[in-house]
Amino acid sequence: MTYAEAVRDALREEMRRDPSVFVLGEDVARFGGCFGVTGNLWTEFGEDRVRDTPISETAIIGTAVGAAATGMRPVAEIMFCDFLTVCMDQLVNQAAKMRYMFGGKARLPIVVRSPIGGGICAAAQHSQSLEAWFAHIPGLKVAMPSNPADAKGLLISAIRDDNPVMFFEHKVLYSSKGPVPEGSYTIPLGKACVKREGSDVTVVATSIMVNHAVAAAADLEKDGISVEVVDPRTLVPLDEDTILASVRKTGRVAIAHEAVARCGFGAEVAAIIAEKAAGSLKAPIIRVGAKAVPVPFSPVLEQFVLPGKADITGAVRKVMAA
Amino acid sequence: MFRQMVRIRAFETRVGELFAQGKIPGFVHLYIGEEATAVGVCSNLKPSDYITSTHRGHGHCLAKGGDMKAMMAELFGRKSGYCKGKGGSMHIADVDIGILGANGIVGGGLTVAAGAALSAKMRGTDQVTVCFFGDGASNQTTFHEGLNIASIWNLPVVYVCENNLYGISMHQSRHQKVADVADRAGAYGIPGVTVDGNDVMAVYEAAKEAIGRARAGDGPTLLECKTYRWKGHFEGDPTLYRSVEELEEWKRRCPILAFNGRLLEMEALSPEEAASIQSGAEAEVEDAVKCAAESPFPSPEEALEDLFA
Repeated sequence: MTYAEAVRDALREEMRRDPSVFVLGEDVARFGGCFGVTGNLWTEFGEDRVRDTPISETAIIGTAVGAAATGMRPVAEIMFCDFLTVCMDQLVNQAAKMRYMFGGKARLPIVVRSPIGGGICAAAQHSQSLEAWFAHIPGLKVAMPSNPADAKGLLISAIRDDNPVMFFEHKVLYSSKGPVPEGSYTIPLGKACVKREGSDVTVVATSIMVNHAVAAAADLEKDGISVEVVDPRTLVPLDEDTILASVRKTGRVAIAHEAVARCGFGAEVAAIIAEKAAGSLKAPIIRVGAKAVPVPFSPVLEQFVLPGKADITGAVRKVMAA
Repeated sequence: MFRQMVRIRAFETRVGELFAQGKIPGFVHLYIGEEATAVGVCSNLKPSDYITSTHRGHGHCLAKGGDMKAMMAELFGRKSGYCKGKGGSMHIADVDIGILGANGIVGGGLTVAAGAALSAKMRGTDQVTVCFFGDGASNQTTFHEGLNIASIWNLPVVYVCENNLYGISMHQSRHQKVADVADRAGAYGIPGVTVDGNDVMAVYEAAKEAIGRARAGDGPTLLECKTYRWKGHFEGDPTLYRSVEELEEWKRRCPILAFNGRLLEMEALSPEEAASIQSGAEAEVEDAVKCAAESPFPSPEEALEDLFA
C-alpha cells in the first residue's frame, strides 16, 4: 500500500467508526485531493462529510476550530504546508490557545493534514518544511510519519486525540510503498521508532530523511560504521527517552531533517541532548538540513539546497572522525 | 431586557473604577453605551445556542447568561474565575452555555462561528450561532471568508456587526468606503440589515427575524447595529481622536435611558421598579467584587495545567 493510500485508509476507518469525523479542504471531494490522498472517499461518505471548501485557508481552519469546539472531529487538509502561513492566526492564536486560555474547558479535536517538502521542482512557495514553526507553539501536537504503516497508525491516533494535531505528510513519500496492517490500529503520539539498530552513531531523522538515513546506514555498514536510526515520528510530544537512550549507547549524533537547519527542529534535539546526555558524547553533534535559502526551482539547484543521503553519510563520517 | 442592560452597565462601570484603582491587571475594553445590541440579540437565544465574542465581550457574556461572579473573579485573575485566571477579560468563555469565547484577535471569531454553525447543521440540531464583531473587524480576511463560507453552505449563523464608529482610533469613515457594513452582505448573497443599535427593541426585532431565518434553515444574515462606545478603546485611552461634543451627543442617546423612558411611557415599568432594578444590579456587582477579591489566586504551578485534554 502506498503512503497516500495509507492516509486514506486511516480516514476511511475513522469516518466509518465515528460519525463526528469529517474531512474538509480545497478539492478534497470530487477532485480527490491535490495529491489524490482523499481519493473517492466522497462516494462512500457523501459531500457533507468530505467537504470541498473555497480557496480560503483561514476559513478552513476557522470552521474546523468552531466545529471541533462544538462536538465534531474535523480533519482539515491544507493543500501545501506553505499555505498554512495564510491561516496562522486560526492555528496559533485560536486552535492552540482556546483550551488553555479557557481554563481547560474546551476540547479541540482537530487534525490539520498538510504536505511538506521539496524534491518535485515545485519551487519556493510549494516546497517548504515548516514543522518547527508549529512545534514551537504550546498547544499544538506535530506528527511527521516517514512510512505508510506509521502514517495510518499515527493518523488514527491524531483523529482520536482531543487536541489540535499538525499532521505533516511528505509529498515525495506519497507514492512510496510499504506493508500496512489491515483494519484499525494506532501508533501512540510521542513514541519514537528505532528504524535500524547500530552501535557507533545515532542518526535522529524525520520524515523523508529517515529513508535517506537508513540508506546511508546501509552504505556506511560496508565501511564498518554501525549506524542507529531513530525516527521520533512526532515532534510534539517528543520521545526524549528513546533518543537519549540511543545517544548514551553510541556517544555520537547526527540530526537530519529536510527543513532549513537554522532554527530547525534539529536545534531542539541537539539542545536536549546537550542538556541531558552531554556526558555520553564522544564528539560534537552535527546537524543536517537545507541551506538557508528558499527552495529553488531548477532540479540542479533544488538538489544542492535540500539535504539527502550523501549529506547524512558525510555527517556520519565527520562525527566518526571527530 | 431592561434588567440585563442595567446589569451590564453596572458591571462595566464598576470594572472601570476597579481598573483605575489598579485592582484589575492587564487591559479592559468596556461595553458602556452598546448594551442594547448584546441584550437585544441574546434575548432571542436559547441556552444551547452559541455566540462568539470580541475583546469587548463582557456585555455579550452577561447577556448570554454568563455568571457574573465567575466573570469578575476572572478579571481579578483568581482561581475561581471562568478561565482559572488563565484568560482574563479578553478570553472569557463558558462553552457549557454556548459562549465560545471572547477573542483577543480582531475578527478572530468570524470563521469559528461558521464552524460552530456547520457543526450544528451536521449534527442535525436547531442551534443557531451568533457572531459578534465590530466595524473594524469587517475589514479582516475572516469577515470575507467567514461570510462566504457561511453563505455557500447555508449555515445557521447570524453575523452581528456592532458598528460603534471606531476601529480603535480610526473613525469608520476613514477605514472603509461603505457607510453601512450591512451593504457588504450583497457580496455574499445574503440579507444585510441595518438597525439603530441603541434601540433595544429594534435590535430585538431584527435579531428575532435573522435568528428565525437561521433556525429555519434559511442561512445567514448580516445584521449591523449602529451604536457607540462611550469609553476609549481600552481603559486609559485618552480618546484624542474624537470630540467631546460627539461623545455628549451619543450620551444623550443612551440606550438604557431611552428604553427606560419608553417602558415608563408604556407603563410597563414604574419609576420605583426601575430604581429597584438599578440598586439590585449594583448590589449584585458588589457581591461579585467581594467574592472575587476574597478568592485565592491560582498557585503558580497551575500555569502548567490545562494545555492538552
